[in-house]
Amino acid sequence: MPELTYADALREALREEMLRDPRVVLMGEEIGVFEGVYKVTRGLLKEFGPERVRDTPISEAAIAGAAIGAALGGLKPVAEIMYMDFLPIALDQIATQAAKMHFMSGGKLKVPMVLRTQYSLGRVHGAQHSQFFPSVLFQVPGLKVVLPSTPHDAKGLLKSAIRDENPVVFIESGMLYRTKGPVPDGEYVIPLGQCDVKKTGNDITIVAVSRVVTEALAAAVKLEEQGITADIIDPRTIQPLDLPTILESVKKTGRLIIASDDVKCGGIGSEIAAQVVEEAFDSLDAPILRVASPDMPIPFSPTLEQAYMPNAQKIIEAAKTLIG
Amino acid sequence: MKCYRPVELTKYALSGERLLQMLRKMIQIRRFEEAVERLFLQEGVLIGPSHLYLGQEAVAAGAISALKDDDLITSTYRGHGHAIAKGVPLKLLMAELFGKATGTCKGLGGSMHVAIYPEKGSLYATAIVGSGIPIATGVALAVQQLGKRQVVMTFFGDGATNTGAFHEGINLASVWRLPVIFVCENNLYAMSTRADYAVAAESIASRGQAYRMRSMIADGNDVVAVHLAAKEAIEKARSGEGPTLLECMTYKLHGHGVYDKGDYRPKEEVEAWLKRDPVNGLEANLLKANLAAQADFDRIEKEVAAEVEESVTFAKASPVLPFDELAKYVYAR
Repeated sequence: MPELTYADALREALREEMLRDPRVVLMGEEIGVFEGVYKVTRGLLKEFGPERVRDTPISEAAIAGAAIGAALGGLKPVAEIMYMDFLPIALDQIATQAAKMHFMSGGKLKVPMVLRTQYSLGRVHGAQHSQFFPSVLFQVPGLKVVLPSTPHDAKGLLKSAIRDENPVVFIESGMLYRTKGPVPDGEYVIPLGQCDVKKTGNDITIVAVSRVVTEALAAAVKLEEQGITADIIDPRTIQPLDLPTILESVKKTGRLIIASDDVKCGGIGSEIAAQVVEEAFDSLDAPILRVASPDMPIPFSPTLEQAYMPNAQKIIEAAKTLIG
Repeated sequence: MKCYRPVELTKYALSGERLLQMLRKMIQIRRFEEAVERLFLQEGVLIGPSHLYLGQEAVAAGAISALKDDDLITSTYRGHGHAIAKGVPLKLLMAELFGKATGTCKGLGGSMHVAIYPEKGSLYATAIVGSGIPIATGVALAVQQLGKRQVVMTFFGDGATNTGAFHEGINLASVWRLPVIFVCENNLYAMSTRADYAVAAESIASRGQAYRMRSMIADGNDVVAVHLAAKEAIEKARSGEGPTLLECMTYKLHGHGVYDKGDYRPKEEVEAWLKRDPVNGLEANLLKANLAAQADFDRIEKEVAAEVEESVTFAKASPVLPFDELAKYVYAR
């Protein structure tokens, strides 16, 4: 199977969907002439022209709003918010407009749009260019939220997101753009709302999200050397969340760690832990642990940022606490 | 700045029939809103926020009558008038205000979203001030990109022009030269905050000029002035000449919402505007120009009264959506 980078896989998804459906239009800051700050849209302006690859002013609310309107008007827009830190500028449009339209119109309006964004924790971007707060969107029913961790998933999930009839927030990891992985030739899609079990084991369930999936897999290798085997589950979409797959694993292992880059308080781990406790309390042999960022802004200093971030070692320590 | 002021009716190239159609829309809006006010304040059977269009009828009737049927509009929380002008049946609007399953949004939207009725090209109505402006820009992008001949008209108030969404939205529309008409209903107040206090500009239309956009001002209480201004903007948009910001000067008969008496407004100001009532004004002009007779007005009033009454009966008799059906409206499938 050919190997592609995460960025190349995303580009293939965009390109294939643009070829497949003339209604697919890209818009965002620096996506055309500059080909994207992380080069995800490289070559697309040249291939599809300025009508379908639209550079926008620095106007996040208008980017999201225009994407919504374009979707209402019959296009399939893929809008880009350059950093997740800029997403709150557009949050009225995403949370209060797009996510509510189908419901509050009694099902008449559909908003088939994708809002791509990325978080750059680990790239030494400081407190205002590294944030990752997808759990905020748990409070917004009507949105779908996708977080791919591999090139394979990135491509298949983005294609599904573009074909979806709903507003989808598609959150990429800046740290993963240059990572490589197998991507099959030809057409495939990955349905939204399905976990992927990245590795199977018996002693502990580790639910890991986005960049941290790689850390969890590295942790699993080390843990195996010590005789501890883990199920590594990547939810891939947190809205909708494939809880049954997580529950099935927890019923087998009795132990759960949730590892993700967001701050611990009110994060992805908090919600998954709550749902598991509600549904499978009797299966738990130990407390649920979260490995997440500490409840503080992201420090700039490269050394401090590394200390701040979840990593394989922190996951190993959590696992040992549970198994002891 | 180009201004559309009232002139003699006979000088306009509009037939008595067209003008009576506009009058009918204005009377529909007026009587519908009066009924809504009564249902809130006297009967107490309607609750929640509701922002009446009383006094601004000439803007919706004048601007929307210049559109073709398949042209699109977006509206706001003060949207009853836009919906009526675009042809949404009164009974569906009234049912929505009652929260009934037969309403335009099946009772899930309410007064602030009642104008969502894509069947008639009334595409959206937002309750967040200013937020519809970039959305309308996006709809116009789709229209342009899909090669359609439609134009998009979006309504908002003077208060919206102080939001970031307004500035971002009209800038983008101008950058992409989209077929969209931004209609600002300047009723001089954002709730109690006067535009001459809160808008740091010579006029709202001048804000359009700052974005290299065709901009004009119309007398928003004169339906023909609004119609002619909108007509020019629509023709430009349809022929690929980009967007227009049209500021319509108007005034609410009452306050911001149905419970607000608007008593923060100077008495003399209210009285001066009441003398310029858009419905009375059009009737007087029609009579003066011999384009209609009192009997025409009486006939319209009678028909509209029956239609409004029927809408209330329909709404009251309609069922509420069962709660266990709500989950299926969260996501489109």
